[in-house]
Amino acid sequence: MLAKEQREAWSALRRGSQRRKHKDTALGFLLVAPWLVGFALLTAWPILSSLYYSMTRYGLLSQPKWIGFQNYVRLFTGDKLFWRSLAVTFYYTFTAVPLGLVFGLMLALLLNENVKLQGFFRTVFYLPAVLSGVAVAVMWTWVFNPRYGALNWLLSLVGIKGPAWLSSPQWALPAVVIMSLWGVGGGMLIYLGGLQGIPTDLYDASKVDGAGRLQRFANVTLPMLSPVLFYNLVQGIIGSFQVFTPAYVMTGGGPAYATHFYVFYLYQSAFSYQHGAGGMGYSCALAWILFVIIMFFTLLILKSSPAWVYYEGGMGDSRI
Amino acid sequence: MSQANAPTRDRIERSVPRYRVGSLNKILWQALIYGLLFVGTCIMFVPLAWMISTSLKQTQQIFVFPPIWIPNPVEWGNYRQALTVFPFALYIRNTLIIAGIALISATLSSSMAAYAFARLDWPGRDLLFIFVLSTLMIPGVVTLVPQFILWNRLGFVDTIVPLVAQAVLGGSPIYVFLLRQFFRTIPREMDEAALLDGCSKLGILWRVVLPLSKEALGIVAIFSFLFHWNDFMGPLIYLNSAEKRTLALGLSAFRASEGGVQPAWNLLMAVSLVAMVPPITVFFLAQRHFIQGITITGVKG
Repeated sequence: MLAKEQREAWSALRRGSQRRKHKDTALGFLLVAPWLVGFALLTAWPILSSLYYSMTRYGLLSQPKWIGFQNYVRLFTGDKLFWRSLAVTFYYTFTAVPLGLVFGLMLALLLNENVKLQGFFRTVFYLPAVLSGVAVAVMWTWVFNPRYGALNWLLSLVGIKGPAWLSSPQWALPAVVIMSLWGVGGGMLIYLGGLQGIPTDLYDASKVDGAGRLQRFANVTLPMLSPVLFYNLVQGIIGSFQVFTPAYVMTGGGPAYATHFYVFYLYQSAFSYQHGAGGMGYSCALAWILFVIIMFFTLLILKSSPAWVYYEGGMGDSRI
Repeated sequence: MSQANAPTRDRIERSVPRYRVGSLNKILWQALIYGLLFVGTCIMFVPLAWMISTSLKQTQQIFVFPPIWIPNPVEWGNYRQALTVFPFALYIRNTLIIAGIALISATLSSSMAAYAFARLDWPGRDLLFIFVLSTLMIPGVVTLVPQFILWNRLGFVDTIVPLVAQAVLGGSPIYVFLLRQFFRTIPREMDEAALLDGCSKLGILWRVVLPLSKEALGIVAIFSFLFHWNDFMGPLIYLNSAEKRTLALGLSAFRASEGGVQPAWNLLMAVSLVAMVPPITVFFLAQRHFIQGITITGVKG
């Protein structure tokens, strides 16, 4: 796991901090140079400069003009669309991520039951996860079509009159969640790898102790799988705060701002001129707020992990 | 009947019904599992089947309820028509160029960095590796606008430079991380033997480490190809000229142009399917790599 890897890296850093001669200085720097340039140019500089830009008024055609915290003040006090985008994104994250975890785990557990044709099912469930982007969004737009779409046809078979999905302010966002669940195969594969790494003697031992199926799941499977759950949770949250394509391709943020995702707003205020007054500086402020939110949740999960993530051989130093 | 037999018979009597209940349970359990798997399979296939079916329909069979699942007649001409409404052949070529450059350069530059982190001894290595791990946690969206400002100042907007820059300059940190982990599993004795034979450290990367890491390199190549094939936001922001569009961008523009009451869903589905063919092909050709890659980056990562 990453957390563990990071701990190791820190302790390696502390160990190696005493001065000594390095053997491969020239070649080391030569080989790492492209990455280093990339890191400086595409990560470090953009992050630092965006902190500066977030305190300026800056449309691309003008020069950035220092305005202090005005962008932030305007965001928090005078921008309804900001709060709306935040609400939409939170709703999406806190439904799509848990549901994705549960369904992914369920599929993995099913496949782990020594089923015949395991390879076939694994392929079928994983396939949608390699497809993404615009083509998938266009396909689902047609699946969700209220009058002629496949989904409402399926619902009509069991006597339900389906909603208007993407054209309904109530159902547009749940529709995007449903679409996201189609791609749970990626998570499933990771769980499956984790499940297959659990030593069978743990199950045998608990069977001897008289544990039933449910008890074995609660006392063996879940703890042993918790590092994988942890990883998927962090990745899922980071990913779902950044959803953009469905809003742009399927709904244009509507209807009635029902799918006005945060990153869609960020994109619009930077690149769409009808929001011109905000511009680049304003969307840098938006980006920083999102950054802080994502960091908050990542750290929250990380800090809480000793309580619920089980690492073989003990946690040792759990601080990062 | 001696008393000695009694416990045995007792045990048999008790165990028979228990055995039956057990096997009935087992059958029900199996039925439940296969039932759920079957439902899951259907759910996964419905959207794809819907897309394929629609892509082969004539216009008057699209807007019908209940839907016609088997198109009659099968209209293969939709594909020719769809691919010429917009110059999709050109868009596919543009996308392949970007994804191809990205694939080659990401594999190369990330394996260079990974080798330096895994095997070489140079000052600052451990600190910089912490930076690699930290960048994994940085949401890409944060750097989106400032990167655009940078490329705009450098005059590279409306070129493919911003789209492949990350791949040329080290690739995604996850690739560096993955390759480093993989390189570290190669026994050091191999390096030492090569050193004794007069191989340089750079030669070891080229002659020993890379040939032994084909699996991991394959994973990086596949992921970076797929990322660039599917990427939408990058091209959307950086490419303005219509003739430079990628397939994703072209499809989005096509969708936007079909905004009327009855969009040409058959043609839209045809283009969408074409856009999905490379990922599906790559997936089936390299399924084993995929599954390994996911497992390594997920679990061991």
